[in-house]
Amino acid sequence: MDLIASHISHRFGDLAVLDDVSFTVGAGEVVAIVGPSGCGKSTLLSILGGLLQPTSGAPELRGAPPADSLNPLTFVFQDFALLPWATVEENVEFPLLHTQLSAAQRRALVEDALRRTGLTDFRKTYPKQLSGGMRQRVGISRALAVKPAILLMDEPLSALDSQTRELLMEDFVRLLADGGMGAVYVTHNLEEAARLADRIVVLSRRPGRIREVVAVPMTRAERGETAAREKLLALQNQIWSLIRNEAIDAEREVQHA
Amino acid sequence: MLDRAATDMASKNETTRRVRFRGAGFVPASSRYGGWVALALVIAIWQAAGSAGLVNALFLPTPAAIVRAIYQLAVSGALWQHLSASLLRIGVGWLLGTGAGVVVGFAIGLSRLARSIGITFISALFPIPKIALLPLLILWLGIGEEPKIATIALGVFFSTAISVYSGVDAVPRNLIRMAQSFNVPFATIVRKVIWPGALPAILAGFRITASVALLLVVSAEMIGAQYGIGAFVLQAGNLMQTDQLLAGVVILSVFGLAVGKVIGWLEMRLLHWR
Repeated sequence: MDLIASHISHRFGDLAVLDDVSFTVGAGEVVAIVGPSGCGKSTLLSILGGLLQPTSGAPELRGAPPADSLNPLTFVFQDFALLPWATVEENVEFPLLHTQLSAAQRRALVEDALRRTGLTDFRKTYPKQLSGGMRQRVGISRALAVKPAILLMDEPLSALDSQTRELLMEDFVRLLADGGMGAVYVTHNLEEAARLADRIVVLSRRPGRIREVVAVPMTRAERGETAAREKLLALQNQIWSLIRNEAIDAEREVQHA
Repeated sequence: MLDRAATDMASKNETTRRVRFRGAGFVPASSRYGGWVALALVIAIWQAAGSAGLVNALFLPTPAAIVRAIYQLAVSGALWQHLSASLLRIGVGWLLGTGAGVVVGFAIGLSRLARSIGITFISALFPIPKIALLPLLILWLGIGEEPKIATIALGVFFSTAISVYSGVDAVPRNLIRMAQSFNVPFATIVRKVIWPGALPAILAGFRITASVALLLVVSAEMIGAQYGIGAFVLQAGNLMQTDQLLAGVVILSVFGLAVGKVIGWLEMRLLHWR
C-alpha cells in the first residue's frame, strides 16, 4: 500500500502553512520529513493520517493494505498520548477494544506487541511510573498491536533525553528492518532522518514547500558501520545547508498572535 | 601558570566559611495528631469554662451537655426521625440533581448545539440562590416533600452540570485525537477516554454539591417542615434549648464530615492512577 500526498496545501486562517506538497511513500519505505521549525511538518503528518482536513489537495492510498492490518495508518505521537488511568497492557489493548477480535485474539496481539518493545515485565504499571523512554515504547507497542502498514511518527523522540533517544532509535531501526512496515518520520533532527529514512523530504520555511527530496544511498543495516559515518555526516551537512538560512529566518520571526 | 599557582596557594591559606543555608520553610507538613490535640484542647477549655460557671449555659452549653442531649435524642428515637427525614430529602434531591447534571454536562461538553443553549441558561440561572425558589416551588408542587427535594435537586444540578462540562473540556485533546487515529468510535471515546478523563473534576464537583445539598436541606426545613434536622434546630432555638440546638449542629457537622470521607474514599479508589 502506498501513501500519496497529492497537492496538499493548508492555511490556518490567514496563515499559509503548506503549499502544494506532493510525494509518495511506497510500501515498506521510510520517508523522513525535515525542515525549519514552523514549516508545517506536523501539520502535514496530521493531514496524511486523516486527523486534519487540508485546505486543498488530499492524502490518498493506492493498493490494498496488508490483510491482517487493523489500522493501516497508525500514529506514534510526540507526547506519547497514553491514557494515564490505564496500565501499560490496557493502553496497548485500547485500539483493539472496538474491533471484532475475541478476547483471546486481542491478548495475543497485545502479548506480541509488548514483547517486541520489551515491555512484557511492565504490563501492570501505569504511565506515570515509567520513564519517558518507556512511555514512548508503550506508544510504539500500541501502534504495533494494530499491525500498521505505515507508521506516522510525529517527532517521536523529541520529548526524550539524548541517551534515551539513542536507545529508541536502535529499536526503530530493528522494527523497520524487515521492510514489512513503512513510515513517515517527522523530525527536526537531521541525524535521526539520516539514520532511519530511505528518502528525506526537505521542506522550505512556512509556507512549507518541497525544496528537495534526498535519497539516502545505503541500506539501514550498512548505516550502523563505521565506514558509513562519514557519508551520513556529509548527507546531513548537505541537508543542513539547504535548511540553515531559512532556519535562521524562522527563528528570528516575531509571532503575531 | 606560575601566577595562577601563586594565587591558588594564597587563597588556600585563607580560612573557609560555610555557605549559609537559606532554603528553609514554605513546606508546611501537617503532623498526624496535631489537629486532634488542638481540637481536644479547645473542647477541654470550653468544658472547663462551662463547669466553672464562667459561661452562661443558656448561651453556650458545655460539650458534656451537648453529648447528653444527643444521647437523649438517640434514645427517644427523635434523632432518627429528624435525621431520616433530612437524609431522604438530601438523598433523593442529590441523586436527581446529579443525574440530570451529569447528562446535561456531558451534552454541553460534547455537542455544539447543547453547548450554545446550555451555557446561556446555566449562566442565567446558576447565580440564583436556589432557596429563593422554594416559595415558588411550594406553589407549584404543594407543601409536601416535593418542593424541598426540588430545591436541593436544582442547587445540585447547576453545580454538577458546570463541573461535568468543565471536566469534559479539560480532557486532553491529544488523547481524543489518539483515539480517533485508531478509528475508535464516538461512544467508546466517550466511555473510555472522556469519562475517566473528566472523573476527577466530577468527583471534585461532588464535594461541592454535597455541601450545597446540606445547606439547602437545612434552609428548606427551617422554612417549612415538621421533621428534619433544620426544623429541629429552629424549634430548639425558639424554645431556647441551646443544648438541643447545638446537638443538631454537631449532627450536621458529623454528617458533612462523613460525606467528605465517602467522597475521599471514592477518589482514592477511582483516581488511584493520578
